[in-house]
Amino acid sequence: MPELKLKFNEKLCATCPTYDCLVRCQYMNIDKDTAKAEMQKMIHNEDSFVLHQCATCYACEEYCKRGNHPFYLITDLQEKRGIFPIPKPLVKQWVNACIPGRRDIQQFWGAKEPVISLCVFPEYVDSIQGKLFEDVSIIMGRYVCCQPGYVHFGNPSIIRERLPRMIENIAKHNFKEVIFFHDECYSAFTSYAPAYGIEVPFKPIHFFDYLYNKLKEHEGEIKLLNIKVAYQRPCTSRLTPKKEHFVDDILSLIGVKRIERKYDRENCLCCAGTIRGQQRYDLFVDVQKRNVEDMVNAGAEYCVFNCPACFNSLSEAVAKKGIKPIMMHDLCKLALGEKTAGWK
Amino acid sequence: MQAYAQQIHRCFRCGYCKFPSDFTDFNCPSYSRFRLETYSTGGRLWLIWAWLKKEIEWSEHFAEIVFSCATCRNCVEQCPMKFSDDIVDWIVAARSDMVEKGLVLPHIRDFLNNISKHGNPWGTARSKRDAWAEGIRRYKPGDEYFLYVGCVGSYEERGQRMARSFAELLDKAKVSFGILGAEEDCDGNEVYTLGEMGLFQELAKKNVQKFKELEVKKVVTLSPHAYNSMKNKYPKFGELQIVHYTQLLLEMIQQKKIKPSELKAKVTYHDPCFLGRYNGVYDTPREILKSIPGIKLTEMKRTRENSFCCGGGSGNFVTDLLGRSEESPSRIRAREAHEIGAEILVVACPSCMMMLDDAVKDEGLEGELAVKDISELVKESTK
Amino acid sequence: MEVIGMDEIYKSLAEIVDEEYVSNRKEELYIYSQDPGMMEPHEPDYVVMPKTTEEVQKIVKLANKEKIPIVPVGGSMSLSGLVIPHRGGIALDLKRMDRVLEVNEKSRHVVVEAGMTQGKLKAYLERRHPDLRHSIPDAPPSATIVGNIVIHGQGRLTQQYGFNSDMVTGLEIVLPTGEVCKIGTCSVSPYWFALAPLPDLAGLFLGWFGTTGVITKLGLKLYPNKKIRDAEVFVVEDPNLVPDIIYRLTHTEMTEDIVLGAQPYPPIFKDIIMIMILITGDSEEEIEFKRRMIWDALRTYIDSKEGGFSMLTPDMKQNLLKMPSDDTTKLADVLKGGGFEYAGPIIPVEKYPETYKKLLELTSKYGITFGHAGRVIGRSHCMMFSFAYPFNRADPDNIERTKKALHETNVASLDIGGVPWKPEVPSQKMIMERMDKNTLELMKRVKKLLDPNGIMNPGNWEAK
Repeated sequence: MPELKLKFNEKLCATCPTYDCLVRCQYMNIDKDTAKAEMQKMIHNEDSFVLHQCATCYACEEYCKRGNHPFYLITDLQEKRGIFPIPKPLVKQWVNACIPGRRDIQQFWGAKEPVISLCVFPEYVDSIQGKLFEDVSIIMGRYVCCQPGYVHFGNPSIIRERLPRMIENIAKHNFKEVIFFHDECYSAFTSYAPAYGIEVPFKPIHFFDYLYNKLKEHEGEIKLLNIKVAYQRPCTSRLTPKKEHFVDDILSLIGVKRIERKYDRENCLCCAGTIRGQQRYDLFVDVQKRNVEDMVNAGAEYCVFNCPACFNSLSEAVAKKGIKPIMMHDLCKLALGEKTAGWK
Repeated sequence: MQAYAQQIHRCFRCGYCKFPSDFTDFNCPSYSRFRLETYSTGGRLWLIWAWLKKEIEWSEHFAEIVFSCATCRNCVEQCPMKFSDDIVDWIVAARSDMVEKGLVLPHIRDFLNNISKHGNPWGTARSKRDAWAEGIRRYKPGDEYFLYVGCVGSYEERGQRMARSFAELLDKAKVSFGILGAEEDCDGNEVYTLGEMGLFQELAKKNVQKFKELEVKKVVTLSPHAYNSMKNKYPKFGELQIVHYTQLLLEMIQQKKIKPSELKAKVTYHDPCFLGRYNGVYDTPREILKSIPGIKLTEMKRTRENSFCCGGGSGNFVTDLLGRSEESPSRIRAREAHEIGAEILVVACPSCMMMLDDAVKDEGLEGELAVKDISELVKESTK
Repeated sequence: MEVIGMDEIYKSLAEIVDEEYVSNRKEELYIYSQDPGMMEPHEPDYVVMPKTTEEVQKIVKLANKEKIPIVPVGGSMSLSGLVIPHRGGIALDLKRMDRVLEVNEKSRHVVVEAGMTQGKLKAYLERRHPDLRHSIPDAPPSATIVGNIVIHGQGRLTQQYGFNSDMVTGLEIVLPTGEVCKIGTCSVSPYWFALAPLPDLAGLFLGWFGTTGVITKLGLKLYPNKKIRDAEVFVVEDPNLVPDIIYRLTHTEMTEDIVLGAQPYPPIFKDIIMIMILITGDSEEEIEFKRRMIWDALRTYIDSKEGGFSMLTPDMKQNLLKMPSDDTTKLADVLKGGGFEYAGPIIPVEKYPETYKKLLELTSKYGITFGHAGRVIGRSHCMMFSFAYPFNRADPDNIERTKKALHETNVASLDIGGVPWKPEVPSQKMIMERMDKNTLELMKRVKKLLDPNGIMNPGNWEAK
């Protein structure tokens, strides 16, 4: 298979008026001149402090308004230069983690649309129940796992190696549309794949898109929740900001106020799970502390999560401050008077 | 050979099955009673495997061990292994192998024969089944609820009291219901757990046929045992809804068809196995108790999924395989209720009612601790 | 074994404990002939369950008089066949004796009867003395306190305070000749607070697997129980790094427990070693302080990228913090086979890499899977290295291979310089073959002195 090339335009970068990608970085203090110099180094495969200090939070992908993929450039170069953002044994674990095992189901014959992919989060199967999910089929497991997480681990080449096979595994079911529970899955197929010229023969639908439309069908049964929530925006959402409106649409439909706070939308903070994985404990504590304090100060009663990995990383810190952590789909179920199954 | 025979060797005899989730005390009725390892779930499973491998022969003692399991499902709840859901099914399957070969204890045989011939485990005449039910309406097509009374509710004095008090509440709430009367047959739950599958299929078929003929849409059962077999084991029939009486009673209270008034008492509630562990109904009875002003509910150490079985399951309320000792589960439970200062031990099952009421007497606690069913308490509070 | 007057023995036992608690029926003999490990079964002639020390004494006197072997039975969870009646006789199931006799809060100790289970003591303390805890092993809750002590078991507090057998404050023993004896301060004072400052007679009974007497009561140290517990998992690939990591961690004196783990499956665990570090505290500040000390202690490995702290999800943490952990128990179903067997030699810490290499060699040689756990003992004075082999009871070939692997494991452990922990009979023989001759002679003399008729758990610690 020919090596997949990142669609990165050097000229676009050289003529950028802002260098927002690095100037707006939330974890490094970089002025415009330094940003320009470091970008040039990286474009020419040279070492840069950026490669060593990057928190891999994806923000620069969003901040680059020219769609030029600075984040993918950084992560590809980390791998080329043998820079491990995360200790080698942890990298090994996560490279191995997504190798399909005995229990992974290779084909989901009998699954028909609407079909939801749960990626590698089988613990959520019990929560995909109730009025919103009456006729759905579920596919999940390592054969359909999205892979982009490897940008955090300094080996994004694994993504290019495995992603086409994942796409093939899904495509062989001839689905026209697939709903992705995991934001990272959705971003893999709508942002990462096109950035490397990988074709996706089905239409990825974001889980929130599905939830919103399903809620509309049951609009008459919704009991407004009248609560204030903070929204924890996952890192991969930065790759697909166009779908962001679904968050506000859903919350508005179920009577939930998304509180205005400092670390939301484009200024959102990473859940810090990866930062902890990078062994930067002080930074991890600081980032979570600022994020949660921000929620508390803005009067949040709940923290609504999009991503299960964010939930795993941040829910404890949130709960300790008296804010209830909840996944978006469980919040929607509450609005329909259904109990949340939780996850085991 | 049945599927269980291929799996039963997976038991490690680790002993988690003996305990509740916080390890407070032993929570397996037969192990608490006898304390020999053979009477723990692990011991029982190993012996069944030994029997299958012909390392041991069937004997009455072996049968006692196998049939003394009350099928309370504490082991299913506590076993940390992946096959935990199947444990009681394995024991029931082994029993069915024995029943098929005629290898049962005399009193188990009598229990089953009585149900087959007379529709109840005591062998009392069928015609006497509705002797308690003077004045209670018979079900007619179009009635909302078919009240399934069951064997204990029909033939046993304390069960009859429960049946009467619930029927009176239904009348008070102007709920349209009726009973079948003498034609009612055993629901078969204990027949199933004892492994007599042929008889169980027959009973299930007969009962479903009656429901069809009478155009029954909703069945409300007095006993959680009947609730369990009809809801989970009977062949599906149309849109038939099965509810336990506590579920209907709570609805009646929430809809203000029944209005409990003050009744001062310190109570504790015993979760029946077939309502709790088998069917996940824990909150409904508690909501009923909370709706009675003046009731102070204190929980025992072992509640909900950790409830300690009264020992009445698998026909033990008649065959008494776990009785005759201070260490009988029902007596242990009565002591537990008494220790926390309860005046009333509240039940929601006629078998529990029998077992625990007898236990209170055996413990010499009459006058200090009363055993009452939920509907009796509600009825008292509406006088 | 032909014993004259078998029925008389049964009648005598029934008179002592009540007929309900004696059995010579096939079913009981079958179950008590074996434990969940893979040692060859051997049936007793009787199973008896006493309730009091007096009943135990009467039974032991009877056995001594009639020269009938007697085997004390606790939870049967050693898996080494230490409760198997190799010469028949009486299986003495002590689990009806399960009362807590005393909890002394200010002098932090508890006195329990012989059959008290790990689970029940934990529950008792949680309810009535929530500031106190005991060192609970990762065995099922049905394992007994005394059984664990008698095999020099370890538990959650071993990394801080040593083997669980180091936590004994007193014993009540029924000697094989029938006398009831007290060991420790309880022999002089009403209080069971220590073995010192008296000559330490507990050594005549701890580690002897019931071959020198029947423990009927035990005094056990209790420890502070803090409100918050948390876990970290440090992951490395290279076993050579482990001894230094343990050294640095134990130097901090900040850890509740340090337990290592490795297994080949699922893939996320393949080819790595996980070092689980537990910390406790009464406040978030205390926890964070301890966590930072631990992170700092391993900074050199973090900076070199050779090791790192894992990201733990809430459910992973909940599992790690469970006490007792059921991960070990679940090994028994890895092959859907209902069993696992393990050798857990005690080794010097620096021998870890060599022992780990041996584990991989042996499992590859015999084509079997494994679970490995390691527990640091005290301030890294030694460690328990376990080679755990799940096996399938229904597959004789698998059992054979596993037995061979187990035997070779024990040989290898001795060759490395370790000593098999809770050794089964064949392994005991190997130990005694290598033992200093005078030490062995001393063991024989002690045994002969205490058990002249050789009735106590015969077959075990039997030197030629």
